[in-house]
Amino acid sequence: MTDESNHPNLEDLGARVQAARAREAVETGRDREHSGSASSAGMGLGFRIAIELVVNIIVGTGIGYLLDWWLGTRPWLMVVFVFLGGAAGVMSIYRVAKGLDDSIGLGQASRRGKSDQTDGP
Amino acid sequence: MANPVEQFQIEPLVPLHIGSVNVSFTNSALLMVISVALVTAFLTLSVRGRALVPGRWQSMAEVFYEFVANMIRDNVGSEGRKYFPFIFSLFMFVLFGNLLGLVPYSFTYTSHIIVNFGLAATVFIGVTIIGFSRHGTHYLRMFFPHGAPILTAPILIPIELISYLSRPFSLAVRLFANMTVGHIMLKVMGGFVVALGVLGVLPFAFLGAITVLEFGIALLQAYVFTILCCIYLNDAIHMH
Repeated sequence: MTDESNHPNLEDLGARVQAARAREAVETGRDREHSGSASSAGMGLGFRIAIELVVNIIVGTGIGYLLDWWLGTRPWLMVVFVFLGGAAGVMSIYRVAKGLDDSIGLGQASRRGKSDQTDGP
Repeated sequence: MANPVEQFQIEPLVPLHIGSVNVSFTNSALLMVISVALVTAFLTLSVRGRALVPGRWQSMAEVFYEFVANMIRDNVGSEGRKYFPFIFSLFMFVLFGNLLGLVPYSFTYTSHIIVNFGLAATVFIGVTIIGFSRHGTHYLRMFFPHGAPILTAPILIPIELISYLSRPFSLAVRLFANMTVGHIMLKVMGGFVVALGVLGVLPFAFLGAITVLEFGIALLQAYVFTILCCIYLNDAIHMH
């Protein structure tokens, strides 16, 4: 039935398949970007900030407690490290909120993020 | 109403004691084995055909593969490629743990903080070893930013150290908190459905919505856990 001479040749078909695939890739890529609903992403960020603060204080307290236990200076180092843990927690929150959490040191993070290296905190 | 935290109870299925150590095979361990078996079966069976044009199952496996591969490429760069097997296993293990927990009457092993802490501590120790082996003692420069006045060192270094050491804890707690809160919420809502009789339609509708949200959170938390591991790995590989 089909005329042999006017069926689309393979190169033409290949080009069309590639074009369709590229179109689909763009569409699915966009879909993926928009699929994460705003509420669940916001909830995730909120959770991260809350957990970051609490965990930093707990880890600071734990380090202070262990150092006290090791050095025999019962309450003092723990008191100091609670405050240091709080400071670390606030710094972590700042980093999460600014989207700079891709580095350990705050200085490095802000340098990479904004490439402005200012004086200390 | 059923106790909402009863679902997190660990029950030994095969009691086993080696010396004084309890190594029983528990419901948590059973779910882990099921999850590993499912991941293995899914990935090996779906790509068995090795078709050039993938079928349905092979496409799904390739979606997961490319998702993690892109995540590593974007966050770590080409040097991260050799860590792909580990990160992919981590992602699939957490993802299937979260999703299998949503099956009725099953158990969510990611809702136990020690499981997550085990995973996070493995990543943390591994990343620290990678950092020190690549940069030597120069890796310690991370804890003191360039250009800060030297007098601030006694305060800055402990703060940075605490912030570094709290990473595995915050990774573990985040996944644990999200999973636990979601499952308790589902259980409490489920209790209302029975207790309210005819009016139970309302919490039932809400329950449906929450279940959908929980699926979203299961995916999102597996993604967050993995991407933070990638970010930490990136730190250790590229210090600057």
